[in-house]
Amino acid sequence: MSNKFSRRGVLKSGAIAGSGLLLPTYLRAESHSGFTNAPTGSEVVFGFNVPQTGPYSEEGLDELRAFQLAVEHLNGEGDGGMLNTFSSKALDGAGILGKKVTFVTGDTQTKSDVARASAQSMIQKDGAVMITGGSSSGVAVAVQGLCQEAGVIFMAALTHSNDTTGKDRKANGFRHFFNAYMSGAALAPVLGSAYGTERRAYHLTADYTWGWTQEESIAASTEALGWQTVEKVRTPVGAGDFSSYIAPVLNSGADVLILNHYGGDMVNSLSQAVQFGLRDKMVNGKQFEIVVPLYSELMAAGAGSNIQGVYGSMNWNWQLQDAGTQAFVKSFGEKYGRPPSNAAHTSYVQTLLYADAVTRAGTFNPCGVVEALEDFEFDGMGNGPVLYRGADHQCFKDVLVMKGAENPTNEYDTLEIVETTPRAQVEYEPDHPMFAGGDLGQCNPGA
Amino acid sequence: MFGLNQKDTKFLLIVVALTLLTPFLLNPFPTDSAMAQFNAGYPALMQRFAIYGLMAIGFNILFGLTGYLSFGHAAFLGVGSYSAVWMFKLLSMNILPAIILAMIVSGLFALAIGYISLRRSGIYFSILTLAFAEMSYRLAYSVLTPITNGETGLQLNLNDPRILDGAADTSSLPVPGLFGMKMNSTYTLDIGAWSFDFNVGFYVCAVIAILGFYMSLRIFRSPFGMMLRAVKSNQQRMNYTGLNSRPYTLAAFVISGIYAGLAGALLAAMDPLAGAERMQWTASGEVVLMTILGGAGTLMGPVLGAGFIKYCENIFSKINETILHSWFSFLPDSLESVVVWFFARFVGEGWHLTLGVLFMLIVIFLPGGLVEGGQRIASWWKNRGKDEDSSNQPAE
Repeated sequence: MSNKFSRRGVLKSGAIAGSGLLLPTYLRAESHSGFTNAPTGSEVVFGFNVPQTGPYSEEGLDELRAFQLAVEHLNGEGDGGMLNTFSSKALDGAGILGKKVTFVTGDTQTKSDVARASAQSMIQKDGAVMITGGSSSGVAVAVQGLCQEAGVIFMAALTHSNDTTGKDRKANGFRHFFNAYMSGAALAPVLGSAYGTERRAYHLTADYTWGWTQEESIAASTEALGWQTVEKVRTPVGAGDFSSYIAPVLNSGADVLILNHYGGDMVNSLSQAVQFGLRDKMVNGKQFEIVVPLYSELMAAGAGSNIQGVYGSMNWNWQLQDAGTQAFVKSFGEKYGRPPSNAAHTSYVQTLLYADAVTRAGTFNPCGVVEALEDFEFDGMGNGPVLYRGADHQCFKDVLVMKGAENPTNEYDTLEIVETTPRAQVEYEPDHPMFAGGDLGQCNPGA
Repeated sequence: MFGLNQKDTKFLLIVVALTLLTPFLLNPFPTDSAMAQFNAGYPALMQRFAIYGLMAIGFNILFGLTGYLSFGHAAFLGVGSYSAVWMFKLLSMNILPAIILAMIVSGLFALAIGYISLRRSGIYFSILTLAFAEMSYRLAYSVLTPITNGETGLQLNLNDPRILDGAADTSSLPVPGLFGMKMNSTYTLDIGAWSFDFNVGFYVCAVIAILGFYMSLRIFRSPFGMMLRAVKSNQQRMNYTGLNSRPYTLAAFVISGIYAGLAGALLAAMDPLAGAERMQWTASGEVVLMTILGGAGTLMGPVLGAGFIKYCENIFSKINETILHSWFSFLPDSLESVVVWFFARFVGEGWHLTLGVLFMLIVIFLPGGLVEGGQRIASWWKNRGKDEDSSNQPAE
């Protein structure tokens, strides 16, 4: 044995093998143009990180449909959708900066940990240069933080909490969707004119970040109207049975029930409140009413006839009549045979906005993209004129106040638009108390 | 060597070699090939392999040796993570204080829970631990929000004090490190079409996991380990001989709790965020699955089980219908959509189904887990040359 492998022989062959291995070696980060996952080939990768299982999976799957449609339109397939109505004409349907758009998908399971693991794999393994998605504000905030550290752009899709662009805002993160404050500001006047200014409200709130900020926002705006807040009760997420929370409402002297719930929770709590006969009651000489501040089509479909006449707010609805909405609804409907949801719209628009910002900046570098998106004004995306405010990376646009349709004609026609609240009415200062304490920091290009 | 006999030393060295070569082993396919989908050698996943492997090793000290099935180990993982992130926020971005505090806190936590739960055995013990874990989860989710930041999870902020680090630059969040080595720095080695990632964080986790493995090896071979095995085989008999077994089980419980806390601290060190869902019962169940899947009571089994589950979770869940279409595009259109529809049930959002089916198959056909599968293959390999008769000879 020992004379077969002499020390000198081992050293020699080791050195040769070692230098052979090192020869084709180079530090990949150095060959990059100074930012994480700079696309080198003919393709650029997006990461679509949505809940495909769990309580918000319906929303997640609809977001995924919209993302795929957006990729098709960016690559020049299909009819182009909103690219034709978008006020910025930088995109020509030939990919982005000449690169074909491809994507990877992941399942967040509506859990921050899993969502971050999935986003990490997109960034580290698949070389994604932009991450988007989210159906829960907790997850969106967590992934936004990760993207900031990793040096990629995060285009938040469905997240409604004030914190996403408030306390937890990040330079690499952008939100097109509206937030709880805007819901409150848009809803309050409509509620005031419909139900009067002397009401007593009872809040049932999903016990997490989003629920808290929405409760705070709605309570503040209804109290400004003259309403009283009788009680705020927190309910666990995914409780399923809300009857033990609804029974005390009857004896509390309240005459409005505000449900700060979303997804399956909202379907259950609303249905049970209606079954308890709350809406047939007369309290304080007034008809008892229920309000669901954040609506979605998927929830409305789940709650069925229970939502008839119930007020809520939305970021966008497929029934709008502007050219952008019509183009989007047409191409979504042709591909999937159903109208897009609110969540699908914001996902689609975010993808296009990112692509447009890259094209205008002329680079995929996150800092260039941030610069291009900050204080960007655009139109033709279904919401009228929109501003992407640079101070907190939040979009400002009109907000829709919705009502459950009294006589739905088909399964998608469950909500009707009551009012389009103008942008000026829902605007606020970046350092508004409900949004204070956050710091964008500086854009991080990563490597 | 290392106080082990020759066979165990060899075993340990093999484990060390396998761990250190993980970046190569997990990236067997060239980067641009179609099979690259199945590569798992990217830093975040390798770190998770090591961390969950470490947690399963610790769980196995309790479950594999004493037979006490704890359904609440995720609570210790969560407590470890929260302690570590608080250390990052208050003291320093160096991972050492974070790891030490996490081990102390999770140890104390395990002592308290173990002291109460170990008064019962069997299913009652499992339910008690489950109740404690669920309680911790609920507390973290909505009651102790000033400490845990609720559903959003505890994160670093630009304006955290970080006393020992002094005033850092305020434009971006600091990265956890070990005396200047940043956990997220990665050296990428490109050889031909292949590329391999060598990540500082992974090697820190790997070294700690190896130390944990060595500790567990020593415990398995020690008189203490023997005592724990005795608890598993017949606790009543032990009690009748006048021996109080509770200090032993409590010690095992605390040790495995510390392992879980250490794993939690490492999770936070690799990715400075601690979320409440880390403590959910599904997370506790996952550790049980890992241990059983790999082979409870074996040294290597839990690590294999952890790797197997994390691989499924991260790789299968990312295969979507578009990818399936590209794989089966050679088939005629009508057939393709049927085949894609079928496989789509098992990948993407259906990865839980794949895991469930594999788990059932393994539990039914390989009750000893993946380790038993390995042993069967090894013995088949050894005996393949020999003729049938010799193996049928009765033992003397």
